[in-house]
Amino acid sequence: MTRSSSFDAIIIGGGLFGCFTGLFLARSGKRVAVLERGYVGAQSSGANFGGLRLQGRSLSQYPLSLAAQHHWETFEELSGESCEYDRNGMVYFAHTDAGRERLLGYAENSRRCGLEIALWEGEALRRNLPWLAPSALIASFSPRCAVANPRTATPAVARAMIGAGGALLQNCDVTQVDHKDGLFTVAGTGCEPITAPVLINAAGGWAGQLAKQFGEEVPLFSAGPPQFVTEPLPYVLQPSVYAIEGDMILRQTTRGNFIFAGYPRTLSNADGRHTFVPPHKTLNGMRAVATHIPALRHAEVMRVWSGVEGYLPDMLPIVGAGQTTPGLFHAFGGSGGGFQIAPAVGECLAHLISGDTPPVDLAPYAITRFASAIEASEKLTREFDRV
Amino acid sequence: MSLPQLPPVIVGAGPAGLACAATLVEAGLRPILLDEARRPGGQGTRRLSPAMMPFAEQFLGRAYANKTATREALEDRLLTRCDWRPGTLAWGIFEDRLEVVQDGRHDSIRFDQLLVAVGATDRLMALPGWTLPGVFTLGGAQVALKQHSAFIGQRVVMAGSSPLLYLAAAQYARMGLRDLIVVDTSKSADKRRAAIGMVLSAPGTFAEGLLLLAELRRRGVRRIEGAELLRVNGTNRVEAIEIRHADGRVEALSCDAVALGHGLRPETQLAELAGAKLKFDPILRNWFPETDEDGRAGDRLWLAGDSAMTGGRIAAAESGRLAALSMLAARGMTVPADAAKLRRRVERLRVFQQRMASAFRWPSHLAAELPDETIVCRCERVHAGTIREAVRKQAGPVEVNRVKAITRCGMGRCQGRFCGQTLQELTASTSGMPVETVGRLRAQAPVRPIPIEAAMEGDGL
Ligand SMILES: Cc1cc2nc3c(=O)[nH]c(=O)nc-3n(C[C@H](O)[C@H](O)[C@H](O)COP(=O)(O)OP(=O)(O)OC[C@H]3O[C@@H](n4cnc5c(N)ncnc54)[C@H](O)[C@@H]3O)c2cc1C
Repeated sequence: MTRSSSFDAIIIGGGLFGCFTGLFLARSGKRVAVLERGYVGAQSSGANFGGLRLQGRSLSQYPLSLAAQHHWETFEELSGESCEYDRNGMVYFAHTDAGRERLLGYAENSRRCGLEIALWEGEALRRNLPWLAPSALIASFSPRCAVANPRTATPAVARAMIGAGGALLQNCDVTQVDHKDGLFTVAGTGCEPITAPVLINAAGGWAGQLAKQFGEEVPLFSAGPPQFVTEPLPYVLQPSVYAIEGDMILRQTTRGNFIFAGYPRTLSNADGRHTFVPPHKTLNGMRAVATHIPALRHAEVMRVWSGVEGYLPDMLPIVGAGQTTPGLFHAFGGSGGGFQIAPAVGECLAHLISGDTPPVDLAPYAITRFASAIEASEKLTREFDRV
Repeated sequence: MSLPQLPPVIVGAGPAGLACAATLVEAGLRPILLDEARRPGGQGTRRLSPAMMPFAEQFLGRAYANKTATREALEDRLLTRCDWRPGTLAWGIFEDRLEVVQDGRHDSIRFDQLLVAVGATDRLMALPGWTLPGVFTLGGAQVALKQHSAFIGQRVVMAGSSPLLYLAAAQYARMGLRDLIVVDTSKSADKRRAAIGMVLSAPGTFAEGLLLLAELRRRGVRRIEGAELLRVNGTNRVEAIEIRHADGRVEALSCDAVALGHGLRPETQLAELAGAKLKFDPILRNWFPETDEDGRAGDRLWLAGDSAMTGGRIAAAESGRLAALSMLAARGMTVPADAAKLRRRVERLRVFQQRMASAFRWPSHLAAELPDETIVCRCERVHAGTIREAVRKQAGPVEVNRVKAITRCGMGRCQGRFCGQTLQELTASTSGMPVETVGRLRAQAPVRPIPIEAAMEGDGL
């Protein structure tokens, strides 16, 4: 096999942002290469909760989210493979007064964006969710929220990209990027240097370094929420269940395992390669489950994990063109919600790179927003240990 | 770093943990000693259940029964001088804390010196039918007898490539099981070749092996050597095990229970969570934690016994003692015994095991021959064919943790402790990569399932 060393676009990072961008670019006839340090989808994109959540968003996030959900709903047509997409619906519930207020606000946002939302309180709450502890005050239910298997999604997208003519280079740790005469030259351990006029920084929690090299420093930091899984039990719970206070996020897979997570998130290790789950968080997570869904108190937790995810202080990703270097584009900082939006991120970026207007306005995701003081998300203080 | 102040913590009350505790106690310390089991002893030297006690002499032989009684009495006395916590499961280690569940409740133990001595379990290679009811590990067959006073069946085949075959078979035969066949899949040529080295490194242990062989012959136990295991047959439970003799003849040995084992694999998860690095041992073709010659694996971490390096009962005890001496030295205490002599002994016994491993070879080549429909991961019901298909796919995984992510092999309750070895070999043979390159399943807490309720304080709910 002869492989040309020059491409139309080079993508650094084989997570879901990188692979979807690669897929849409390849489908539009571009010669793309995705360079991945390890294996595709082995980082955040493979370790996440698999939640395709549409509730709990600010108004400005809906256009991208809804565009993305459409792709998840048609994932098999898009990629040719299944990723166990399941439109299982999602319950948001609040167990504090402050939480109740926020839940009502979010429900309003969802409705204004055309989502069907049921609100349950009092008698209706007990009737619809009898397994929820009495401390729950209110719940909103959205039937269009869904889940998918994160471990199989990224490899499926990568294969679709290869099918469309794209190249995937795994075990290729990019260590050097040069830009001269309108051409990027990318080299690393495990791969020969390659060149392209377009470079896409999709390096997830590691993207800050590359952005900085091109004079675009951003307040990206790495962290991950603790995640837990129980042994398989009879399948009884269809919707995902999120406490708006963040202390419990839970779903049951159709195989029977309950997967749950609980904030606060933990900052990644200094080496940037791992996020450990301190045992007290495992215990907190277990307590939250036993408190909110007492019927699960006898279940056994059999594994705990987390991931290295890139967060930005306003909890929104950076998607769009770089400002300092023509041909440089960014797609990183999923901030805990990147799995859901990834297909739309890839689609929009591919349009932008091809010189077309993206289907969704990317202005809220511009890297320039960090030039002036930005408003930190309220989630930032609530959902992390310390930042 | 200031000198350690807290009592040393020992996980595992087998020969390694107990010997370490004894040495620390002699030096005036009161270590915390905990074990998942209710009684001390570990696996190989597991204590007999009360129902078995009247048969101790029959089971162990008179001389060994007496020795055992004396040793157990000493151990009981030792436990009164330790902070002994039976029924305590260690499930995680993070920084300077050991996380445990004791009697259904969570507890967290701070330590500045920790010995992990949690032993080993049988090393298994999947086989068609190995998940049928009635199939046990060799260790499991011994537990059934010692702890539950029961045979695993009335017509038993013990099969594999392991010195434990002969010990387990002798124990069953002594307790009166008549219908017993040993299928030793290792080759007699390999054993002859390894014999000299074994005699040289540990003549006593070698002689014990010969005695067992002679005993089985005397008791009329049928022994088949150099055969290959083809499959376990049965509809709802084991009915027979099909083997291919060295001369090519295929035979179905009718039975109602099978015990399998191909040597031992170390339990390394806790050590790994505590920060030990693992390295590949090409002779044993497996991963072991790195330690210094005294078993030290980190600032606060020591490892001993079979969970550090396969070595058997005596090596385990000596390595536990050695670790204790190293812990004492790190506390600034004077070391009472001659560490150099212990080191040499442990080294010799471990060399013996290495030589024995080349006599009883791990049958790595079988992975490539496994029929696609064989279950590899019994927790998640993942078949060999599914793993092969995943590895061969474009952009497919060639590293076992990725294979696990894609196929679920090793994701279940046992966290790959029973399928991990097959998974490594299968990934290697399918991808054409060396087995050390495809890696091993990383440890994740909790190392055993823990009930959600254990986290609740007091009566909680
Ligand atoms: C535990 C957890 C739970 C989550 N739950 C959800 C959820 O339920 N719903 C949701 O929508 N989102 C969730 N997220 C967030 C979501 O997973 C991420 O936002 C998304 O996967 C980000 O994709 P990515 O491609 O940007 O990053 P990644 O998947 O991390 O991909 C980046 C890739 O870049 C590679 N790379 C980095 N540097 C280099 C280099 N120098 N050379 C080559 N390659 C390099 C990395 O190896 C990595 O594979 C969760 C995240 C975590 C950690």
